[in-house]
Amino acid sequence: MCAVEVTAAAVRKTALNAVHRQMGAKMVDFNGWDMPVEYPASVGGGIINEHMVVRTGVGIFDVSHMGDIHLAGPQALAAVQHVSMNDASRLAIGQAQYSALLYPQGTFVDDVIVHRLGKDEYFLVINAGTREKDFNWVRDNTRQFDCAVDNLSDAFTQIAIQGPKAVDLLQKLTDAELAAVKFYWVTRGSVCGLENILIARTGYTAEDGFEIYIPADNEISARVWNEILSAGKEFGVVPCGLGSRNTLRLEGKLPLYGHEISDTINVWEAGLDRFCKMEKPEFVGREALDKAKSEGVQRTLIGLEMVDRGIARDGYKVMNDAGREVGYVTSGSPAPFLKKNIALAYLPPEFGEIGRTVKVEIRGQGVTAKVVPTPFYKRPKKV
Amino acid sequence: MNYPADRKYTKQHEWLKVVGQQAVVGITDHAQEELGDIVFVELPKVGAELSAGNTFGSVESVKAVSDLYAPASGTVTEVNEELATSPEKLNKDAHGSWMLKMKLKDPGEIGDLMSAAAYDQFVTEEAAH
Repeated sequence: MCAVEVTAAAVRKTALNAVHRQMGAKMVDFNGWDMPVEYPASVGGGIINEHMVVRTGVGIFDVSHMGDIHLAGPQALAAVQHVSMNDASRLAIGQAQYSALLYPQGTFVDDVIVHRLGKDEYFLVINAGTREKDFNWVRDNTRQFDCAVDNLSDAFTQIAIQGPKAVDLLQKLTDAELAAVKFYWVTRGSVCGLENILIARTGYTAEDGFEIYIPADNEISARVWNEILSAGKEFGVVPCGLGSRNTLRLEGKLPLYGHEISDTINVWEAGLDRFCKMEKPEFVGREALDKAKSEGVQRTLIGLEMVDRGIARDGYKVMNDAGREVGYVTSGSPAPFLKKNIALAYLPPEFGEIGRTVKVEIRGQGVTAKVVPTPFYKRPKKV
Repeated sequence: MNYPADRKYTKQHEWLKVVGQQAVVGITDHAQEELGDIVFVELPKVGAELSAGNTFGSVESVKAVSDLYAPASGTVTEVNEELATSPEKLNKDAHGSWMLKMKLKDPGEIGDLMSAAAYDQFVTEEAAH
């Protein structure tokens, strides 16, 4: 008799994995990817410090685990319009928009940033954990359109440069005129000597910033990462991991798949109405959303701030003042910039009254929290 | 890493320093290193009864909640209130920051705890896995 050994799928690594480990980053398995969660204090790391540096200066992130779907062909726009809830026909060449891919029930396959790269060329950036699912979904739901759909997820190392000083840092390394690139627009230029690099003024930190897409070659990726850190020394640049990425996006109320959005949550519940263009005559999920809108929502996403001592965390129950369970926390954590403990929770709509108190169940005890406006943080307008 | 020789250590990365019939308890530098930025500490009230090996509170980092385990049995006599407002002191100086003081129920229990050298080895072996 012999034992049957079941081996788990090998953990995936980005081209920068060795660099993170060399820098002493604390690593974590994120949806099957070996990723840095935070860097050591010796390089200016630590979740709190990384978070603060992004809010006040500039930090860089390896986000190569995210996926990329390329659509090109005479009916590329029609294909995107069919699977994406936002209106891609509004995009000029070089413009991007936040959107989502929906199931026929009006719930989320994933959220996505749709970039229009050319006349009939679109680039969708999707989450790491849903790479294959999303690609298969897009490919299978656009077969009827004259459009090539390619999975370019493994082709790129994606580096996010985020913070008020991101533009100053990146400008040192590119011939592209970054001042001319508005937020949620893209351009192409040379970066660290590499030609024709896609540079997008996008991010997931609620700050100004850019994301660059360079070849996923280990040596090239390491060279560029180190050049960015060098060029950024004068701005106090710090490498940042998934820990600060999460606290930054939470302060800005940016959704995380599997938490604020999922295949059991619809667009209205998630409060993403403004990215869902119902005036489009057709897209996957539209019918269900129409019906859901007339029925009204049973729960909405509400922002909470802890009043009494305690940290609300993902999955914790939320109770009304009488102690009856009314909802749950989707994401909760200390907010390093705001210096508060914040959370997003799905609660019945009547709870969406600013100042109303609820109780969050923390290790068996109900701890008081209050409803606050969201986003919790909004970056200051540049004068 | 040189762990202070004036105290004993647990597998859950707490330290205990005996001063007569009293004991002072804290977490090790290795613990704070693993946790990252500590943002919240939950400690028992004065008078609480602790039982060796049972949880007596928790320490939270940005990302995680970690239980604290009593290194010995006894009654809590003093709690470091500073940690409620400045939990980061544990990161800055784990060995110099005390969490609570207790009157030991059975000083003989201390014999089960690790010496500084044994703890150092334990940490090294843990890291190898």
